Amino acid sequence: MGDERPGSDIAIKVRGLVNRFGDVLVHDHLDLDVMRGEVLGVVGGSGSGKSVLMRSIIGLHEPNEGSIEVFGEEIRNRDAKELRHLQKNWGVLFQEGALFSSLTVAENVQVPLREYTDMSQTLMNEIASLKLDMVGLPEHAAAKYPSELSGGMKKRAGLARALALDPPLLFLDEPTAGLDPISANQFDELVLDLQKSLGLTLFMVTHDIDTLRATTDRIAVLVDQTIRIGTVKSLVHDKHPWIQEYFAGVRGRAALA
Amino acid sequence: MTTGDRAWVQSERLPKGVRLIFGGDWTTTEIVPLDAQLHKLVEESSGPIEIDGSELKSLDSAGAWLILRTKRQMEEQGNKVTSLTLPDDYLPMIEIIERDHNAPPVKIPPRRTITKYLADVGEYTLELLVQGRAMLGFLGRVTVEAVQAILRPTREIPWPAFIRQIEETGLNAMPIVGLLSFLIGIVIAYQGADQLRRFGAELFTINLLGVSMLREIGGLMTAIIVAGRSGSAFTAQIGTMKVNQEIDAMQTIGINTVEVLVLPRVLALMITLPLLTFYADVMGLIGGAVMVYFDLGFTAPIYLRQLESAITPNTLWVGMIKAPFFAFLIALVGCFEGLRVKSNAESVGQQTTRAVVESIFLVIVFDAFFSVMFSILGI
Repeated sequence: MGDERPGSDIAIKVRGLVNRFGDVLVHDHLDLDVMRGEVLGVVGGSGSGKSVLMRSIIGLHEPNEGSIEVFGEEIRNRDAKELRHLQKNWGVLFQEGALFSSLTVAENVQVPLREYTDMSQTLMNEIASLKLDMVGLPEHAAAKYPSELSGGMKKRAGLARALALDPPLLFLDEPTAGLDPISANQFDELVLDLQKSLGLTLFMVTHDIDTLRATTDRIAVLVDQTIRIGTVKSLVHDKHPWIQEYFAGVRGRAALA
Repeated sequence: MTTGDRAWVQSERLPKGVRLIFGGDWTTTEIVPLDAQLHKLVEESSGPIEIDGSELKSLDSAGAWLILRTKRQMEEQGNKVTSLTLPDDYLPMIEIIERDHNAPPVKIPPRRTITKYLADVGEYTLELLVQGRAMLGFLGRVTVEAVQAILRPTREIPWPAFIRQIEETGLNAMPIVGLLSFLIGIVIAYQGADQLRRFGAELFTINLLGVSMLREIGGLMTAIIVAGRSGSAFTAQIGTMKVNQEIDAMQTIGINTVEVLVLPRVLALMITLPLLTFYADVMGLIGGAVMVYFDLGFTAPIYLRQLESAITPNTLWVGMIKAPFFAFLIALVGCFEGLRVKSNAESVGQQTTRAVVESIFLVIVFDAFFSVMFSILGI
């Protein structure tokens, strides 16, 4: 939203990203573009650096080399104040929701509002209610503490908090991991609904092939310290062994369908 | 992203009714000043309302909510909203919110009120009673299991865990217990000498030191230090295991948690605390001796001779006999609170604080109880 400068249809632009832990090279001059309004799925084996990539983009991890731009603004080498300002542009849903355990669900959703605006408590209560409604949480969940919620509800609450400031960009870390297939489907639909109605750009780390097929526009596969991008259809024909194996199931299912 | 236009509202009187014109960036960060303004407009307006949002530059869900809220409030007042124009891009969003969102604002209860305080007092009192009862139950269980484990061991005693606990609660506590006891010895000797000198009875400083250190201070100080050091560690260790569901895992495998987690700790502390108490007694007497030498000029032989006349083996035993009881209390409370940790990180901290406060409280209560008992027995 806003920011209509020319050529700004790229939401995230990663160039020459290098991440190294000791002798282990995780990313070797990795390039990635995420378009505005697209849903990008990120997959890869364990230790292939999916989380590190996400943490690098959102400024939780300082990469060894490379540049990362989000909406045309460089993320790296920013001081805390500038980074804070940039961070308003995105919401993050962590794997287990990462809700603050000492606050109720409604208070969790209000944390970003309290941090970045000086809204009246009444308006914050109204907005918290709106966001909880948007992610499909029942009214009575608002006053509950995270420890009283089921896994799926925690994720929904985490999503509501990520959406509190209406960021144009949303990072999801394994959004459907640990959910039963029905809840996972519902969560996929929810995410997709929100993405469409709010015009979000989604960066989604996931392993769930159903989620990938149902929601993503493009898929970035992390193999050999770099990235291969394509759609489910095009990646099925990729010759790389890991990708072959990963999508073998999909192809089988597609053939059956 | 939004360095753009401020959000603004204008109202225009029409021949019949009012037209509200919204413009600028209606986004979460920008709409804050509009909140009160819109409330006021709703109060003041009457007649049919037209809402014109065609000049909106951007709109997010919070902004959409404000428009929708205004519309709903107008309608509640009986003012008909005749038209609502918005840029086409934002129509789907407002339609979705209008259709799906009917819940009232969430209620955040005020954190502290007088009734809440009163309710808290009642709640804590009740909790205290429930807790006391649960602790008695736990005491019974640990006692039964301990007797069973010793009489009819179903499994080998977990020696490595037991030894590690002895090292952790005993050996590793020696520097701090030793240092503090040494300093306490100095303090008692100094205060005693200061007072007794007035009566020419400086020599009895040594009696004071010996009796108070061995009978009371050595044991009590050590118990308090250990409660803060090891009792809290027990709670934190077991509590963390509870948060990680390790306790649940043990129970499903059929491992007796009391036998595996509680007994080694209780037994280890019952061995180490008496030893630490003896060590504290010795360090306290050394500290006193140093002070007596520098302050009053009594050398070691004088000190030892006077000490010998002042104390009997009973003096030592009266102090030492309490140590295993204190150890039992500290370990019991520490493990009990650890097992009561709920499945969140905050609870670990709360229970740990509780464990320390409760075990120090109980140690002092029992110390007083022993004093009364000894005085009745005439020891």
